[in-house]
Amino acid sequence: MATPLIELREVTKRFPGVLANDRVSLSLHPGEIVALLGENGAGKSTLMNVVYGLLDADGGEILVDGSPMHIRSPRHAIDLGIGMVHQHFMLVPPLTVTENIVLGNEPTRAGAIDFRAAREAVREISRRYGLAVDPDAVVRDLPVGTQQRVEILKALYRGARVLILDEPTAVLTPQEVRELFAVVRSLVAEGLSVVFITHKLEEVMSVADRVVVMRDGRVVGETRPADTDTAGLARMMVGREVIFRVEKKPATCGDTVLEIDDLHVLDERKLEAVRGVSFSICAGEVVALAGVSGNGQTELVEALTGLRKVKSGSMRLKGTDITHAHARETIEAGLSHVPEDRHRRGLVLEFDLMENTILGDHRLKPFASHGVLDFRSIAEVTRRRIADYDVRTPSEKVKASALSGGNQQKLVLARELGRDPDLLVAAQPTRGLDVGAIEFVHNQILAERDRGKAVLLISLELEEVQTLADRILVIFEGRIVREFAAGEASDEELGYYMTGAGGDKLAETIEEVGADDGRTDG
Amino acid sequence: MAGPTVKPPRVATGALLREFMVPVVSVAIAILISSVIILLAGFDPIAAFAAMLKGSFGGGRQIGETMLRATPLMFTGLAVAYGFRAGLFNIGAEGQLFMGGLSAAFLGIALAGMPRPLNIVLMIVAGAAIGAAWAFIPALLKAKVGAHEVITTMMFTFIGRYLVSWLVTGPLRADGQIPQTERLPVESTLPRMHEVLPFLAQSRAHLGFVVGVLLALFIWWVLKYTSLGYESRAVGFNPWASETGGISVPATTIKALCISGALAGLAGVTEVMGVHLRLFDQFSAGFGFTGIAVALLAKNNPIGVIAAAILFGALSAGAGTMQLEAEVPAKVIFIIQALIIFLVAAEQLARWVIRKGGRQEVEHAG
Repeated sequence: MATPLIELREVTKRFPGVLANDRVSLSLHPGEIVALLGENGAGKSTLMNVVYGLLDADGGEILVDGSPMHIRSPRHAIDLGIGMVHQHFMLVPPLTVTENIVLGNEPTRAGAIDFRAAREAVREISRRYGLAVDPDAVVRDLPVGTQQRVEILKALYRGARVLILDEPTAVLTPQEVRELFAVVRSLVAEGLSVVFITHKLEEVMSVADRVVVMRDGRVVGETRPADTDTAGLARMMVGREVIFRVEKKPATCGDTVLEIDDLHVLDERKLEAVRGVSFSICAGEVVALAGVSGNGQTELVEALTGLRKVKSGSMRLKGTDITHAHARETIEAGLSHVPEDRHRRGLVLEFDLMENTILGDHRLKPFASHGVLDFRSIAEVTRRRIADYDVRTPSEKVKASALSGGNQQKLVLARELGRDPDLLVAAQPTRGLDVGAIEFVHNQILAERDRGKAVLLISLELEEVQTLADRILVIFEGRIVREFAAGEASDEELGYYMTGAGGDKLAETIEEVGADDGRTDG
Repeated sequence: MAGPTVKPPRVATGALLREFMVPVVSVAIAILISSVIILLAGFDPIAAFAAMLKGSFGGGRQIGETMLRATPLMFTGLAVAYGFRAGLFNIGAEGQLFMGGLSAAFLGIALAGMPRPLNIVLMIVAGAAIGAAWAFIPALLKAKVGAHEVITTMMFTFIGRYLVSWLVTGPLRADGQIPQTERLPVESTLPRMHEVLPFLAQSRAHLGFVVGVLLALFIWWVLKYTSLGYESRAVGFNPWASETGGISVPATTIKALCISGALAGLAGVTEVMGVHLRLFDQFSAGFGFTGIAVALLAKNNPIGVIAAAILFGALSAGAGTMQLEAEVPAKVIFIIQALIIFLVAAEQLARWVIRKGGRQEVEHAG
């Protein structure tokens, strides 16, 4: 076989207390797509950060075009033809697409930036690789999928032969994911090689030529999509059998816990985002709010959890009026909230696990009395929750930022469920998590229901909605357009109502949703 | 519960040490660069620093002088540090200090003839209260309409300063040539330290130093071990998560900026009660602003503030001796101060030095 573009030999990377990469060997050949599959915290991103020169390896060697290289910095990696697109984009929002792409490598004429040449260069690359983007658009105004495209163009502009994509689909809509896959395939057709970091099995199956599976910092296996299926991949990745369908008993509906009546809520632009929503949830029931992102779900959740003012309408939790309650009052009334964005709203990343555990209860016993925190009982409760919720951490004294995404979410769940709420509001509770963690979160939500709690689930994932919900409310443009009982609607039907049930959209919708359907059976 | 690759944490002490190392290394580099500057200017750096050391720690009187100069910086350093912890930049500590000084100068006269312990307590409480009040309006503006505290506290500094200027030249002016208030009666002043610790000789160090140290310990405890401090830090790190956790961000902002103002107010109180015994236009040598540097050097750690304030106090106390004995201009200490601030701000440099030095040790720790 030809010399690999990049070859890793026994690369080892340690962090204090953690062996992030343990003698990892891997090779990448010209014109292939290698998926690096593994759970959150398996060491995938660390490994690629070593390759991209962001981290120094503690052992092993990296060969580029067959010769050993010490990649000192991202600049050096770029010079070697290695480009990386991070999960969190490194773009300057107020600048245009062209300005972002040439940043750090601007074509100049007589000492000034030659914007015309820059724009031409961007057009040229964009044409060659079929990455349509307006060179004069301001990045801030672009949808996430297009911003990602700009990141890819940036790498191509700098002459990347190898493109590392770190969880590229985490932030994309299903439509954008399909577009990204098309882009990746056309890049490979042009002779580039792509490393695709992911924990999503379906993506691996549909895009990769070769799959390298990592677990606990080690490569545990390598295969081709043709030689396996999602269940097989999941087994390699998690190290045990994963049950995709969570077992669920029928719901037993008790007293009404939450009652929302004709709720109207405005968004930041003072436009009505929630337009007259009414529904109720009873004890022992999971109600899922299904919808395409941006149809009022976020505003509804924020209004319910006391983070956003209500324009009109009313909300009652166990008979208590919480229409105009502050977040603290909703917590006191028995509401727990797993926020959509755990980094922004769920956790204080700079706080240690103990401090994060008490957030929201930090004025209450047993964590505090007379305004003084009792760290002995805080540590005790934290340790217990770490054990109960299987949070993988060296100790309760590390900062939340040191945990992987899945473990961070488990920590949030531990806190919110540990409070023993009457109502759990879970917004995108499994976003960005790997299958093992998803299974765990799903089981916790159902266990909560079986304990007689009410659950409001907000999810963009139809699979999740179908798995967990006893009742499904479809939200479109701020209104609930349809209600289904569990198992009553197919994914196609849900998708139909989620997109506003426009006549000509129907066929397209069914096709799109149908394409994703295979994943559930894996 | 823990995965197989997860080892017990060995980071805790190492991280703490490294946290502590950055300021120390920054100071060391600053002294090194200053030495070069002194050398280039044609003086002997070793003699200069020896003289400075002698002037700041060479004997009881010198140590007392260092304590004296560290005292106001401890309060303003704490003030700025507390603000930073809550995500607020109280650049107006100087104004709050002036108001604290004003309240002490006024109350001290009004309380003439009352028992000394009572006066001390009352004047301290009142000074803290007025410092807090001076920060309250900027805090309210920040919480309600989002007006940035850097602008508003600065504006209030001007108001405070010129209010004092007017009062000492007008309504509160004592008889005599110099525009200043009446001298405080002894029952309204802080005792000198040498009354208890004779070895401090006849230095002017006063009880304010002890108050400052105790307060620093108290603030450290408040930040770490109380719900109030917890909320301040939470809002400082992540206001969105705090809000979601039921913490009122506006209320916490107001509380934190007022606490910051109260601490700065105490700097003014102790300067008036312990050093000048009266109020005049120039009674503060920019302590409110130097407090920013102290907080930065201390990395907003209240215990660190004690050390940073003593360092700055020592630099200022030793400057005179340095000029006298080594003939190096006293202004050199401003260069050193500036370098320290610069290096702490450019923390990366110090980190790099530490990493180079500690590479071997790090490799063992893995």
